[in-house]
Amino acid sequence: MRRIISVLMENEAGALSRVVGLFAQRNYNIETLTVAPTEDKTLSRLTLTTTATDQQIEQITKQLNKLIEVVKLVDLTDGDHLERELMLIKLKATGAQRAEIKRTADIFRAQVVDVTQGAYTIQLTGTSDKLDAFLRAIQESTVLEMVRSGVSGLSRGEKVLSSKS
Amino acid sequence: MLSGGDILIRSLQEEGVEIIFGYPGGAVLHIYDALFRQNQIKHILVRHEQAATHMADGYARATGRAGVVFVTSGPGSTNAITGIATAYMDSIPMVVVSGQAQTHLIGTDSFQETDMVGISRPIVKHSFLLKSAEEIAEVIKKAFYIATSGRQGPVVVDIPKDITSPTELFPFEYPESISMRSYSPATKGHSGQIKKATAMLLEAERPMIYTGGGVVQGNGSEELIKLTRTLGYPITNTLMGLGGYPGTDKQFLGMLGMHGTFEANNAMHHCDLLLAVGARFDDRVTNTISKFCPYAKIIHVDIDPASISKNVVAHIPIVGPVDVVLKEMNRFAEEGITKRTDRQARLLSEWWDQIDGWRRQDCLRVTTDEGSKVIKPQQVIQAVYKATAGDAYVTSDVGQHQMFAALYYPFTEPRKWINSGGLGTMGFGLPAAMGVQVAFPDETVVCITGDGSIQMNIQELSTCAQYDLPVKIINVNNRALGMVKQWQDMQYEGRHSHTYMDSLPDFVKLVEAYGHVGFAVDNIDELDAVLAETFSLTDKLVFVDVNVDPDEHVYPMFVAPNGSMRDMWLKKGVRT
Ligand SMILES: Cc1ncc(C[n+]2csc(CCOP(=O)(O)OP(=O)(O)O)c2C)c(N)n1
Repeated sequence: MRRIISVLMENEAGALSRVVGLFAQRNYNIETLTVAPTEDKTLSRLTLTTTATDQQIEQITKQLNKLIEVVKLVDLTDGDHLERELMLIKLKATGAQRAEIKRTADIFRAQVVDVTQGAYTIQLTGTSDKLDAFLRAIQESTVLEMVRSGVSGLSRGEKVLSSKS
Repeated sequence: MLSGGDILIRSLQEEGVEIIFGYPGGAVLHIYDALFRQNQIKHILVRHEQAATHMADGYARATGRAGVVFVTSGPGSTNAITGIATAYMDSIPMVVVSGQAQTHLIGTDSFQETDMVGISRPIVKHSFLLKSAEEIAEVIKKAFYIATSGRQGPVVVDIPKDITSPTELFPFEYPESISMRSYSPATKGHSGQIKKATAMLLEAERPMIYTGGGVVQGNGSEELIKLTRTLGYPITNTLMGLGGYPGTDKQFLGMLGMHGTFEANNAMHHCDLLLAVGARFDDRVTNTISKFCPYAKIIHVDIDPASISKNVVAHIPIVGPVDVVLKEMNRFAEEGITKRTDRQARLLSEWWDQIDGWRRQDCLRVTTDEGSKVIKPQQVIQAVYKATAGDAYVTSDVGQHQMFAALYYPFTEPRKWINSGGLGTMGFGLPAAMGVQVAFPDETVVCITGDGSIQMNIQELSTCAQYDLPVKIINVNNRALGMVKQWQDMQYEGRHSHTYMDSLPDFVKLVEAYGHVGFAVDNIDELDAVLAETFSLTDKLVFVDVNVDPDEHVYPMFVAPNGSMRDMWLKKGVRT
């Protein structure tokens, strides 16, 4: 099952390599990974997605918790949560393709953020599924380049991941 | 005001460090100079950095305090890696201070630069790369706290040379205590779970207690003995857990696992309730995991939550320090035992009858050929046991001799049996024995080794000469890499691919060259006398080269692959 794990850790050199190293060392896989500082500059928040069974995920979270720099973590997929990923995609756009791409972008509530004679760059935010659906909707041969941010997320409602609680 | 180098040494003094095992070099010159200018902390100059880590490790296992190592950058650091990994696998507290290239040179492939934090990352509990001298005191405080609390382990502190320079001075204040928001190991177990577990224990019909290195390292032995005796249940120890429960006690079934006893492995297989304490269900214990303890409910007590339900799912997990948890269990058990019914008492005695049946197999009986003077390796251990009255610190290397030592030298106290169980590091035995001897100069320290293993750190005979370390080395010499050869006999139709040691040195001459005493013996009738003399030379290092039967195998041995714990080879060609 796909899991989204969000980790609050000390914003220190080496912390990220410990998390990534742990996954390599213990033969777990990371599908996406994003990390940046939080409102508290001493902490950074890392979000990763992985596919694992319940027993594996229990081990992964326990092993992550053992890392000295990890302050707290949550498996967002355990409860209701918000999940967003950003994609920038540059598509070949000439002639009739231009209107077609624009239409598809509108359907997905994507924005065209850069335009040239031959190409559109489109920005799309949403769940990973939505991004995947967009990719399926356009012709593969028109894709010049693309980048995805990896998943970020928060629990819905009052529940927070914080160093204090 | 102090230099970074002096701050480091002062911090170690404040931490109560009495001994450092190390080897100098460019990146730690300032540190060594600071060490020179004080006389509170002693230093043992080793002959190879790997040995320094094993000495610190042996010191830590015997005393319970963190072992401390100094190494220089580059090759000094990489040489320390095997010893750090050894300590990590067995959860041994250690602080390794490594020199690093100067801050401004890091990343430039400068002379003797290596990414120590990176290289050691998967084999340390934690590591630090220092950025300024002001950090030193706090980081040292943290390093010892992390190494010695929770599930213990090695911590690396990597210090760029410029930070220890004598030209820049800083105020020094050693923190009295430390707290870290991201690290707070459990200090007690969940009382509700402990109560539930104890009730389950009391209701069991075929109970079994299985304990590991966690009981030794976590100082849980006393409470474990109390609990086991109160309940009257059978108990087994892992290779790492030996001495956690007295090996001579009638409730003790011997070691379990790949080379465990017939009775211990069978009792594991047939039990209906398993209490596991400070043990981690290693594959060398469980054999095929899907066939492990098929009838048992499992209670698992461990300080490390990640050890619980990692390999085998626990019905009642209890996270906490083993001594504290066992103490609480004892309270519940002492009360509960008074209510034991006649039926329960009868079932327990039937269980013991079954166990006594397995014991009659007498799986550790040593068979010798009529009239032969050839020494069996098992007899060497038995003779050492006799000669030391079962009271020595015993370290071992890795191989058949290690298993024979574990099986034929019953340990009655924790911390007296010291071996590399997790990583299985050949070359561990001699330096570990030296670390123990440094900690306890007046105790008898024996290193049981093999002709292969001893040569992996034999250079330390020189260190022994320099510091007068009178360890007793018993070389169970079978002229082969015996354990590997045994597997080749059993699984590769006896094709001994590169397991002969064709060019062994004359060990007696070799140790004499270092200024020590050496004896050689190959006749069983002479063994006791040679050992008696060996142990009478209390202030000398004595090396006994015992020529043993090269064809002996270690039994019992798990049948693998796909075997359960009760599937064992009992002797050559004979299995359950
Ligand atoms: C550093 C290292 N290299 C290789 C091994 C694999 N190994 C395990 S036991 C063994 C043979 C040990 O031979 P020896 O020390 O003579 O002991 P014996 O088995 O003969 O008693 C080897 C090579 C190991 N455990 N450690």
